[in-house]
Amino acid sequence: MRRVVITGMGVVSPYGKGVDKLWLSLLNGESSVRGMPLFREIGGLRSHVGAIVDGIDIKEIPRKYRRSMAMMSIYATIASREALKQARVDKIHTGSGRMGVAIGSTIGSTKTTQEFFEDFLSDYSLQRMKTGVFFKLMNHSCAVNVSQALGITGRILSPSAACSTSCQAIGYGYEMVAFGRQDFMLCGGADELHPLTVSTFDIMNAASTHYNEEPNHTPRPFDRDRDGVVCSEGSGVLLLESLESAKERGVEILCEIIGFATTSDISNIANPAIESMQDCIEQVLEDAQLNSEDIDYINAHATATIQGDIAESRAIERFFGSSVPVSSLKGHFGHTMAASGAIEIAAIIKMIQNGVIIPTLNLENVDEECQGIKHIQKPEEFEINTVLKNNFALGGVNSSLVLRRYVNE
Amino acid sequence: MNDKEIIELVNTALAEEFELEIEDMKPEASLLDNLGLDSLDRVDMVIVLENQFNFKVREEETIRQIRTLGDIHDFVITKKHEIGSE
Repeated sequence: MRRVVITGMGVVSPYGKGVDKLWLSLLNGESSVRGMPLFREIGGLRSHVGAIVDGIDIKEIPRKYRRSMAMMSIYATIASREALKQARVDKIHTGSGRMGVAIGSTIGSTKTTQEFFEDFLSDYSLQRMKTGVFFKLMNHSCAVNVSQALGITGRILSPSAACSTSCQAIGYGYEMVAFGRQDFMLCGGADELHPLTVSTFDIMNAASTHYNEEPNHTPRPFDRDRDGVVCSEGSGVLLLESLESAKERGVEILCEIIGFATTSDISNIANPAIESMQDCIEQVLEDAQLNSEDIDYINAHATATIQGDIAESRAIERFFGSSVPVSSLKGHFGHTMAASGAIEIAAIIKMIQNGVIIPTLNLENVDEECQGIKHIQKPEEFEINTVLKNNFALGGVNSSLVLRRYVNE
Repeated sequence: MNDKEIIELVNTALAEEFELEIEDMKPEASLLDNLGLDSLDRVDMVIVLENQFNFKVREEETIRQIRTLGDIHDFVITKKHEIGSE
């Protein structure tokens, strides 16, 4: 098995374009959650908060490629470009067949689906349907749009596992590079905010509904006054590369991936089971050949749902007790769904580089049932070497990665 | 609507849809080589023209012969005159 490192990262987040913008906003403790006037007009929808991407110039992508892209693919392409630029790859690599793409979304573009059916149902006519519709709403839209726009000729994978999507994409990409099937994998996820996503959580009483007048105070992971998920959007993309290739090219190595696990929680399609999360964590530690005391920091999934945060706290406590710092980034920019794993890993890499743990924003009073683990409530200088990253998805899809600081050998 | 107005309307509609520069929209401009409109764009172009001029032309043989912007102008002008004389 080959060692796999990350040599590029790119982000489009509710803070705007770029990893630096994300990092500075996190360092400043800024919330990007805001009131969503559109949501107030939707009958039955009780959650009127969200975090959306602003300030993107879609015309930086030529029309030839953009015509088949919904916003999620535009986010993914802009994030991918940033990652490839940082990793200093060029056409020799993208077109070699040795670079693949694993980028997924929760579903295809809901906005495109809505626009299509609004028109179609008006008179049951397809005569006004344009050629771009299918390419925007198909499930592998992000992956193929990125590969087309950036000239990447290797494998295409479009994992779709809601909140676990990009964590899985990175994990599967890691395995492909480790097994030598590809030398590079561009991995991540993207999603665009649509009321359907919010209502999915709201109807299950899992969306934040009590902070509509003070959006910056929600979501509140692990807090006793948390009331659910705040949905957001964006894209996170990482370039994975074999260590051998990165050293040969002489590029900066941002960190190493040393473990991946993903499991299916069959206890319930919506409610997480502690035991299944524990299985996932146990497997990822085994894959990384580490013991729990080797982990320095845990970046939790923690979306601020009542049950999810409790289950994750219990699962973390079982292995790590209260000795390992834990924080969630959902309080800053909500839940970017399929993008969340990759955006959060970009932030983790910045934490490793800068020796700072970003705390859980809006965590003021730790819920009794979320105690027993070491919550980080204010920025903390800390040397981080080995990180556990969790993502848990509706449908019972658990996923975890272990990342390690790379030290030049 | 006279022929000049039709040409202007065609150019404006296509420029907006395909993000073309008006100064590039010369009658002799090849759709593929000069304006960069490929087979997918040509399908969408027909829809844009149908919406703009309120006719149905997708199945017409002559639409497949179109190579230049001037061909489109001629096609739409002819079509509008045909409709006008019906």
